[in-house]
Amino acid sequence: MSAPYAKLPAWADYGLIPLINLTVAFIVAGLVVLLIGENPLRAAVILVDGAIGRGQAIAYTLYYATSFIFTGLAVAVAFHCSLFNIGGEGQAYVGGLGVALVCLTFDSVLPWWLTFPLAILGAALFGAAWAFIPAYFQAKRGSHIVITTIMFNFIAASLMVYLLVEVLKPAGSQAPQTRTFLEGGQLPKLNWMLEAMGFAVRSAPLNVSFLLALVAAVLVWVLIWRTRLGYEIRMRGYSPKAARYAGVSEVRVIIVTMLISGALAGMMALNPVMGDQNRLQIDFVTGAGFVGIAVALMGRSHPAGIVPAAILFGMLYQGGAELAFEMPGISRDMIVIIQGLVILFAGALEHMFRPSLQALFASFSPQAVGAEAKQGEGA
Amino acid sequence: MDLFNTLVLLLDSTVRLSVPLLFAALAGLYSERSGVFDIGLEGKMLAGAFAAGAAAAVSGSAWVGLMAAVLVSVFMALVHGFASITHRGNQIVSGVAINFIAAGSTIILGQAWFSQGGRTPLVGAAGRFGAIHLPFADALSGVPVLGPLYSQLLSGHSLLVYLAFLLVPFTWWVLFRTRFGLRLRAVGENPAAVDTAGISVQWLRYRAVICTGVLTGLAGTYLALAQNAGFVKDMTAGRGFIALAALIFAKWRPVPVMFACLLFGFLDAFSIRIQGTPLPLIGRVPVQFMQALPYILTVVLLAGFIGRAIPPRAGGVPYVKER
Repeated sequence: MSAPYAKLPAWADYGLIPLINLTVAFIVAGLVVLLIGENPLRAAVILVDGAIGRGQAIAYTLYYATSFIFTGLAVAVAFHCSLFNIGGEGQAYVGGLGVALVCLTFDSVLPWWLTFPLAILGAALFGAAWAFIPAYFQAKRGSHIVITTIMFNFIAASLMVYLLVEVLKPAGSQAPQTRTFLEGGQLPKLNWMLEAMGFAVRSAPLNVSFLLALVAAVLVWVLIWRTRLGYEIRMRGYSPKAARYAGVSEVRVIIVTMLISGALAGMMALNPVMGDQNRLQIDFVTGAGFVGIAVALMGRSHPAGIVPAAILFGMLYQGGAELAFEMPGISRDMIVIIQGLVILFAGALEHMFRPSLQALFASFSPQAVGAEAKQGEGA
Repeated sequence: MDLFNTLVLLLDSTVRLSVPLLFAALAGLYSERSGVFDIGLEGKMLAGAFAAGAAAAVSGSAWVGLMAAVLVSVFMALVHGFASITHRGNQIVSGVAINFIAAGSTIILGQAWFSQGGRTPLVGAAGRFGAIHLPFADALSGVPVLGPLYSQLLSGHSLLVYLAFLLVPFTWWVLFRTRFGLRLRAVGENPAAVDTAGISVQWLRYRAVICTGVLTGLAGTYLALAQNAGFVKDMTAGRGFIALAALIFAKWRPVPVMFACLLFGFLDAFSIRIQGTPLPLIGRVPVQFMQALPYILTVVLLAGFIGRAIPPRAGGVPYVKER
């Protein structure tokens, strides 16, 4: 086999291979469940039921998914430019600062529908600003963006703890968090939407930012595949040399891509800060920035894949909470393992099953695969 | 004299705090010099610490703990190798995956096996690497200046501390004075040349990755069985990334790696020491700033403001034998 990466039919490439990878990830996760002496099938049933069994559960699942759509899109946009933005966690954290500053300033004077656009702007601006420095260093001085964004996650964590403990904490309060936002800084819930479909929702944090996440997904699709900038981003990602030759300013594309990516990650903060907790707390991101990596890899960096992938991870988060209740041995940390396995099998080992699958296809119809392979080489 | 004693205590805790960084940074050195980026140091260290804590708790022996830690870390390093060397996957993605798998599974397995909220049971003296007293440490402690330096700073550390510092010249020797080291560096700069010389790029990189596994296992063992008396969840607390920062800060060279680790260890010890007390001239420095300083310094270095950190040229690029 001298052409290990020859082309498979599109449905196998975009459907079958991710499905196989995902299945293997979940089988290995099942083995872990087996290792701690629980029944993986029963665990799966509890998890799925806990995630979509009732209206309440669905609302929670979508609430978590909202955060993951934002962070997944953030990672995906950078991926298209072959940049690995691992700093979504820090960008979202700092984005929360933008949201909080807007809400603390305007919540007593403006209604929510006027605060909301300002808060979106604040979140995007602060998130983008946190991505700007790594982006600038990558573009201008060639420092590796993976390392700088990791470092910026830690710097963000220290900065935010400092600000919350020393600056933003109201006088006389012990907890390191801002004051609770007034009505004007609170996003309305979307539970009526599920109730209109006949589900009963008691109280769930699902809020308007879910709709914003869907809009963002569409806008990212438009940006990447329907605009000139998106074309430049993809060209730089596919071949920096070709992009340079075609007159694309690499510095500009890298910085703009990272600004968009950081803005998307920052907007994730709207969901928990303005939509649920109504105040800025320490560690409110709780790993959503990292889940974005798994979501983007699983969704193959396409919004049409990212939204379902985000909902799947939302199910894991919500169902995982229920599961921890039913099987005390399996805490929420199980999700972290699954997340790692998905990243491993859908990301790093993406091509593991390709050669055998190609051999399998070849044994069915050697001619078709051969022709495809030729085409693939020519392209 | 009081200032002197404080300084000795500060340096003593600097040494203790820099040892896990040193193990992990040297671990990363082998892998990255061979052209395999490894941001999974954190995860391997955590998994190693858990294995050390768990095995020492069950067997009661520190050495069994050490063996288990090395085995588990090497296994995870091989997973990274399998993904990034054999299957030419993205090395960053694979490293991220390792970190998550380690973070989740240490807590889940710890809870399932020991039911102590993710920690392993405390081990007794036999299960730990205790302090080693160098000869005459007590007798010499009365000698002014040199006495405290010898008896407090040099003596009284665990075996692993001395091992960590011995590994620095050893690593230098391996990298720059052995055939394996020459090939290792070559494969990180120009794998095609190594391949042309009839040496297997893949096997060489696998060996480098195994070295990384062994050393991260030692780092984990130190955390669980020398600094503490058992595994606590998330006990690495970002040290794997500080080690990565130290590695870059030292521009991928063994002796500077030691100094970078000592510097970052000193910053840590210093921030614990001065917590809340104002400094002359500067005033009160927030603890958070001190904690962020290693990361800030690394970013500044990476941006080329203090020298230039140039990674191994073939780093992060999977080697394809034929095109």
